[in-house]
Amino acid sequence: MAHLPPFEISVKCSELAVRDALEQFLHALQPLQLSVEEAGTVELVLAETLNNIVEHAYPDPDTAGDFTVACTHQKDGLHLQITDQGLAMPDGTTPVGQCASVDVDLDDLPEGGFGWFLIQGLAKDVSYQRIGPDNQLTMRLAVAVH
Amino acid sequence: MQLFTKTEEQLRIVSVKEDRIDAAVALEFKDAMRVETEDGPDTVVLDLSQVQFIDSSGLGAIVAAMKSLGAERKMALAGLTPTVERVFQLTRMDTVFSVFSTLDGALAELQH
Repeated sequence: MAHLPPFEISVKCSELAVRDALEQFLHALQPLQLSVEEAGTVELVLAETLNNIVEHAYPDPDTAGDFTVACTHQKDGLHLQITDQGLAMPDGTTPVGQCASVDVDLDDLPEGGFGWFLIQGLAKDVSYQRIGPDNQLTMRLAVAVH
Repeated sequence: MQLFTKTEEQLRIVSVKEDRIDAAVALEFKDAMRVETEDGPDTVVLDLSQVQFIDSSGLGAIVAAMKSLGAERKMALAGLTPTVERVFQLTRMDTVFSVFSTLDGALAELQH
């Protein structure tokens, strides 16, 4: 298995910035030759995380800042540190991410709230810290394990 | 948002001609789906065979499109690629829709 040197990407926040960041990030992972499933896991977890930053940390597009994704490849997978300078997480901690029930009437089917459920389900060791002006989210993705 | 729509033997078939249904286009997708399905046959088949990725916003938009059909009409999904299928499985939304691995399979089943 190829070993990937640590890398970092930084993008100015906007909705299309998430696509841009995902493309850059997956491109940087190419030497690892991830399976479709592994690449899907990485893309989904990172998309949900970055969408949350765009939507909740930087709710005002006029004052939106940057976000940074730093990645190190270790024996137990990819360790990610995602940083932004937006609003802090409510309660100072990550949501539990419960899956809304789908055993309900048509009109009551959930149209949102899946984001944290997917992150918590697919990523390991998810941890949030507010350090000064920074939101710092760390997690591990158990892909490219060697 | 490119959608290609045709009506065939009591089915409205909507093919999504995009690689992604994500947060950047979720609203646009929802609006375009409403236009394509506001009248016509009771069963809508959403062909996702070209879509390589959806996030939770895209999933929410597909659910919203189904809900807007109302209780009398149905939406089936066809041609889910691996990552798209996994999002439906993880959220158990695959239990809410009829899911077919190919569009041909969906048509064969639903036209009888």
